[in-house]
Amino acid sequence: MTTTQDPYAASNETSQGRVFTVTGQDWDSIAEGLADEGDDRVVVNMGPQHPSTHGVLRLILELEGESVTEARCGIGYLHTGIEKNMEFRTWTQGVTFCTRMDYLAPFHNELTYCLGVERLLDIEDQIPEKAQVMRVLLSELNRISSHLVCIATGGMEIGALTVMTIGFRERELTLDLFELITGLRMNHAFFRPGGVAQDLPPGALDQIRDYIALMKKRLPEYAAFCNANPIFRGRLDGVGYLDLAGCLALGITGPVLRSTGYPWDLRKSQPYSGYEDYEFDVVTWDTCDSYGRFRIRLEEMWQSLRIVEQAADRLAELEGAPVMIGDKKIAWPSQLAIGSDGMGNSLDHIRHIMGESMEALIHHFKLVTEGFRVPTGQAYVPVESPRGELGAHVVSDGGTRPFRAHFRDPSFTNLQATSVMSEGGMVADVIVAIASIDPVMGGVDR
Amino acid sequence: MTDEPNLPIAAEAAQTEVVGVKHGMYGGDTSGYGGLVRPVVMPGGTPPPYGGWFDEVHGALAEVAPEGAIEKVVIHRGEITFFIRRQHLLEVAQRLRDDESLRYELLSGVSGVHYPDDQGRELHAVYHLLSMTHNRRIRLEVTAPDSDPHIPSVVATYPTADWHERETYDFFGIIFDGHPALTRIMMPDDWPGHPQRKDYPLGGIPVEYKGATIPPPDTRRSYS
Repeated sequence: MTTTQDPYAASNETSQGRVFTVTGQDWDSIAEGLADEGDDRVVVNMGPQHPSTHGVLRLILELEGESVTEARCGIGYLHTGIEKNMEFRTWTQGVTFCTRMDYLAPFHNELTYCLGVERLLDIEDQIPEKAQVMRVLLSELNRISSHLVCIATGGMEIGALTVMTIGFRERELTLDLFELITGLRMNHAFFRPGGVAQDLPPGALDQIRDYIALMKKRLPEYAAFCNANPIFRGRLDGVGYLDLAGCLALGITGPVLRSTGYPWDLRKSQPYSGYEDYEFDVVTWDTCDSYGRFRIRLEEMWQSLRIVEQAADRLAELEGAPVMIGDKKIAWPSQLAIGSDGMGNSLDHIRHIMGESMEALIHHFKLVTEGFRVPTGQAYVPVESPRGELGAHVVSDGGTRPFRAHFRDPSFTNLQATSVMSEGGMVADVIVAIASIDPVMGGVDR
Repeated sequence: MTDEPNLPIAAEAAQTEVVGVKHGMYGGDTSGYGGLVRPVVMPGGTPPPYGGWFDEVHGALAEVAPEGAIEKVVIHRGEITFFIRRQHLLEVAQRLRDDESLRYELLSGVSGVHYPDDQGRELHAVYHLLSMTHNRRIRLEVTAPDSDPHIPSVVATYPTADWHERETYDFFGIIFDGHPALTRIMMPDDWPGHPQRKDYPLGGIPVEYKGATIPPPDTRRSYS
């Protein structure tokens, strides 16, 4: 065993067995030390800084040889108090915080929060059509980029490095579109209560169409690499088994639930943002295992492409339409434009508020500094994020800030299935099972 | 952007519930609005009929739930909330899940809310339930006083509540009786206090920028 003391550990004292502090390059001495013990039962702390735990997730595994007898998750390493912080900012500023939770699906975080705030404001049917279509477009592009990361990192964790490189290659293209439309690749804060922050920039639709055409060529590569690959299937088939009863008891939604053959998708069953007007299929698989979840994600990217295509066609007809609610007491006042020194408030808007309309100046000032008031009450409007049901429980006390904003994050809930999916299996299968849940620790810990 | 002395009250809510009082426009207000007093009025209980499937669910629940379990029903913005007395929560949850006409198979989550001015019922635990069979959502709300922060745990009925209740305990100090292992989940095990409670400060340090000092968020001017 190593004698190195871990300076960051609180204490190495334990009432049971010996403690080995693993620092790397010391497997021989650990194996020797274990042989001295004459006991096969080992408790391993895997993570929180482990490359294959999908983020800062700590797994506490009790092993008999290479079999897992107990698996528990330790979470909270990425807790940043986003929900508490939101109580100290205006309703609009809240978007800036919640977009950072599940950082692979920022638009879905923003969407569920905005839908909740809009329900409390009772303006659900006043959201302009173009804003709705842009929300759908960006959400679906986001679903593609999120599933790509899931497949890419999941592939990397089982040694399929090419899947990782091509996954991130395509994700990059998706993020380029986000950058073009919102100005940022992550943490967009683009959806606002009442609509979206900005209209589509010129040329965006062409780029989206190019992207769709390219993705139609690239997506089959994943199928060619993985679908029938015997090594890939050998690692995924039958691993991380969870049936429908297990999913419902544990509150599991998203691709894991759909891998049991149950076609539950909030976009179909409880449509929001006009999803009822788009043609797409809910993808299911019937194997309840990691391979099924992989195939569902692959196929869902095709379905998302279908929706993106339809949304792009609609946007072509909506050129010049408003993207923010007409109610000037809610709509974010500034109009952004590209100037000689980059993006900022448009000169027209500055001229309007500074030279033409005192009312407009007052509205701008009050909305930006104080924000708008939201009537008392609570709302919960969940959306189908790439990982399942994502919902924001927003509570207002009638003030300019959320009284409470709680996010039901699907990663948090789904991660509870780790034990039931991996106990009784091999250590290597734990990684596959967790990758098939696709938890994003930013969303788990918030 | 005017300062309405009365907050808007939902038209559909017949009774209202005052959960707090706000004074002035913002801290240190010298604008003359400092004397402003506004009650915080949450949408209150509604008498039946509620319309749509709300009546169906309410009828079915009232039939199978124990006497006096439903404190009140709030309909607001098209969502239905059942306030359940905490001593009856377990039985109500069991019936909601198992009864043929209710079938709330999925518990979406548990969310805590702290109303420090709501005397005797400061802590609220909010449960969002989904019936996939009937494609309906309801909300349960259970209250507990700060002095006795106990609510029975629904883990036996909805195993998914395990982490959600731990989180609510961690952030609000609500003790879910009967939970298999009610420990902190987000904060470190030895953390003092429950951070999402309203009496727990946000924290932060003043930041200096170009000679000006910006105070931490919870000490900045806040509009009430």
